[in-house]
Amino acid sequence: MTEKMPVNFTVNGDKEEREAVVGQTLLKFIRDELHLTGAKEGCEIGECGACIVLLDGKPVNSCLILAVELDGKDLVTIEGLSKNGELDRVQKAFIKHAAFQCGYCTPGMILSARALLERKPNPTDEDINQALSGNLCRCGAYQEIREAIKASSEK
Amino acid sequence: MAELKIVGTSVSRKDAVEKVTGMAEFIEDRYMGPMLYAKMKKSTVAHGKIKSIDTTRALKHPGVKAVLTGKDYPNLIGLYLIDRSFLAVEKVRFWGEPVAVVAATTEKAAAEAVELIEVEYEELPGVFDPREGMKPDAPLIHEDLANYEIVPIFYPKAGTNIANHFKIRKGDINKGFEEADLIIERDYYVPQMQHVPIETHKAAVQWSPDGKLTVWSTAQSPNVVRQLLSKSLDIPMHKIRVISSYIGGGFGCKAGASIEGLLVPIAQKFPGHIVRIVFTREEDMQGTFTRQALYSKLKTGVRKDRRITSLQYKMIWDGGAYTEYGVNIVRAAGYSSTGAYDIPNVKTDSYCVYTNNSIGGPVRGFGMCEMQWGIERQLEVIARELDMDPLEVRLINGMKKGSSTASGQVVHDLDYDKCLKVVADKIGWGKKESNRNGKYRGKGIAGLVKCPAQPSNAASSAIIRINEDGTAHVMIGATEMGQGMLTAISQIAAETLHIPVDKIDIKVPDTDFTPYEWQSVGSRITYTCGTSVKRAAEDALGQIYRVAADLLETPEEDLSFDGKNIFSTNNSDKKATIREVADSCKKCTGEGIAGPIIGRGSFVPTNMTNLDPETGQGNPGLFYCFGATGVEVEVDPETGVVTVLQLACSIDAGKAVNPQLCTAQLHGGTIMGLSTALYEEVCFDKGIMLNRNFTDYKIATIDNTPHMDSFIIETPETHGPYGARGIGEQPMIGVAPAIANAVCNALGVEFNTFPLTPERVWQAVKDKK
Repeated sequence: MTEKMPVNFTVNGDKEEREAVVGQTLLKFIRDELHLTGAKEGCEIGECGACIVLLDGKPVNSCLILAVELDGKDLVTIEGLSKNGELDRVQKAFIKHAAFQCGYCTPGMILSARALLERKPNPTDEDINQALSGNLCRCGAYQEIREAIKASSEK
Repeated sequence: MAELKIVGTSVSRKDAVEKVTGMAEFIEDRYMGPMLYAKMKKSTVAHGKIKSIDTTRALKHPGVKAVLTGKDYPNLIGLYLIDRSFLAVEKVRFWGEPVAVVAATTEKAAAEAVELIEVEYEELPGVFDPREGMKPDAPLIHEDLANYEIVPIFYPKAGTNIANHFKIRKGDINKGFEEADLIIERDYYVPQMQHVPIETHKAAVQWSPDGKLTVWSTAQSPNVVRQLLSKSLDIPMHKIRVISSYIGGGFGCKAGASIEGLLVPIAQKFPGHIVRIVFTREEDMQGTFTRQALYSKLKTGVRKDRRITSLQYKMIWDGGAYTEYGVNIVRAAGYSSTGAYDIPNVKTDSYCVYTNNSIGGPVRGFGMCEMQWGIERQLEVIARELDMDPLEVRLINGMKKGSSTASGQVVHDLDYDKCLKVVADKIGWGKKESNRNGKYRGKGIAGLVKCPAQPSNAASSAIIRINEDGTAHVMIGATEMGQGMLTAISQIAAETLHIPVDKIDIKVPDTDFTPYEWQSVGSRITYTCGTSVKRAAEDALGQIYRVAADLLETPEEDLSFDGKNIFSTNNSDKKATIREVADSCKKCTGEGIAGPIIGRGSFVPTNMTNLDPETGQGNPGLFYCFGATGVEVEVDPETGVVTVLQLACSIDAGKAVNPQLCTAQLHGGTIMGLSTALYEEVCFDKGIMLNRNFTDYKIATIDNTPHMDSFIIETPETHGPYGARGIGEQPMIGVAPAIANAVCNALGVEFNTFPLTPERVWQAVKDKK
């Protein structure tokens, strides 16, 4: 039998009590159990950043964390970023600056950017480059991403 | 042409809100129902006979529903040269080739069962270098080459490993070399690279008890998947439905049909179940198309007045284990083998050679990056030898209106000079920056050209349904993989229909409902699908006018449509809203006029011809798109690290349907080019791919991305929709040679291969001393 453990956590502002399979990654748990499919799998080993979510406000590769570690934590996924149908300013800036193409890396990219702006409201190019260097975008929207993040900070 | 209102504006992407909120559906995001998960057993030798496959233990493993081997399922599939089965039969031809597939109730059980399959091989001598593979005594990889079904524009040599030999014979090269004052000969090498879309290859299939096959796939071209599965599995097309979601990056690796067919026999055993396969990153690296390596030799004759008189180009491509797609890349590189230059005498031999490396196939550029690397490096050597300005050599020999390509096709709609000059101006061409702090500075430039490599009958079609309120659904078969197609196509529809773009709904394809599109490849969709959509919109608009003429009892030619109302230009009282025309379609007497309005449009090229099998002469290009890249670098001789200080790129888009998205493509292609120029190379050890993850295979990240300056040139494409042509692949082509030219100029050395890794650059500096 598959061993399970209880996990109590907050996801996008809502309290949840669930059971998580021991050994299951947070990414699989978010996608398969919570049915929040914005977080994407790109490599399974923490190299691409497509699965980034915010855990207690920090960006983490959810493929490198076990679901059971969610216990007692606050989880924010891309689905939780817009409030009452109003897009977050980073989301708006990504649209305005065409800062994505295929969109597969975009949820992770936006959450990394969100965490950076919490930490540094007015980031320099170097800050952005450093904070997002773990988010791969093969479409090469990096220049537009930098512009979008800087536009989000000018508020 | 009337003033454009929507085409040429930077409206937001149609898929924007979905993509920033995580709502955009990729195929793995769909909750699908009763599932079976498939995993592949892969070959552990690069070339060998399969002596036995024992699946007994795997079949007994808890959760396992089925195990399939090539013996059970020998069906062949392919687009151009049908040389491949879904699973290896009798022998394997590359390391990692699928030999069996397991389906189980969980992914974990499937993965465990794969390990329980025992395969015995008799290893055969392998071919890992196409130059060796061409030799008469090389081990034969495809013994049955003579019997493979093939589109008759490719020329394999039975009894050898040569899958295609494409020839250009234009003018008289001997005469050209006699006229030359200088003859330059060089060898070039371009290694394999990988596309690495962040979304790996995925597919899911479902067999319904009534004999209907539904396929969800990351494929770039659902109509081709349907066509090839229909042929391979002998299922009529109306019984195959291929559904496309958003695609998380394609770049060519998801062209054609790939993994969908692997799952069909399993699905047929378990009707109602959905059988899904998701490639791991490692499988995506090793088991899907790589860019073919190219070994080439160029001999160029040039006069003192800087005119190139003659070109001899020999290309030997590493086609890998199966070349069903690669044969066409080799052909495209052949018929374009003068690059962006007008050369009167040309002899080209382009060979596609089977090896026991991973399968070669299409990557952004379709052979042009590899082939034009040699052209653009060679021009630099010529300029240096003649002590001339590399920009001038390009301007003098560059194609102009009326120039002819290697295949003798005359080009009309271009301004290559302008493409070169804007990037040269931007980087301060001619002004040598002094070296600083022991670091060397250099500037480089490279041009580019590409036409879509498509068959002359590659068709497209569109349907536009006008709703009762005057809004519209645009139905097409092209896929959205990031290029912005949904937005550009909506703009063309909106412009033609005279309605705002936000009144257009457009979706990704579903072959049961959306009309035919050959493939979303070759930078062709803006042109081909754009033309179909424009025609469909004109058809719908014609119907709107006909209904309105009847309704208003006014001749059609007196009517005008402003996006809201259709009115008589002679009598302002005579008007009807689009809603009235689209909905009621009846007179005030209650008498009906016409049913719902449905516009239809289709397209097939009429300017293309077959090529002469001996000379390669003819018209293979639907359109030609030109551009250029200019670079300034700083090189640290102590570490070999190349820093790109300036990066300027230009593309002649004809008409940028959406300038912002056009620029995004320009930037994206340029970054992919920079990434290949400095970092990317797939490494093999006797067919075993060594760098199969993002730690070992580096691609450019945001901190490797310099600021880019981009220039969109607009020389209208006479037959393109609103003058537009496709630009998706082109920006990548000039980047590697431009960077290399800059590094060579900085250091006074020659690089005939890339990537320019610190090790390679450091070694060049050391060797020069």
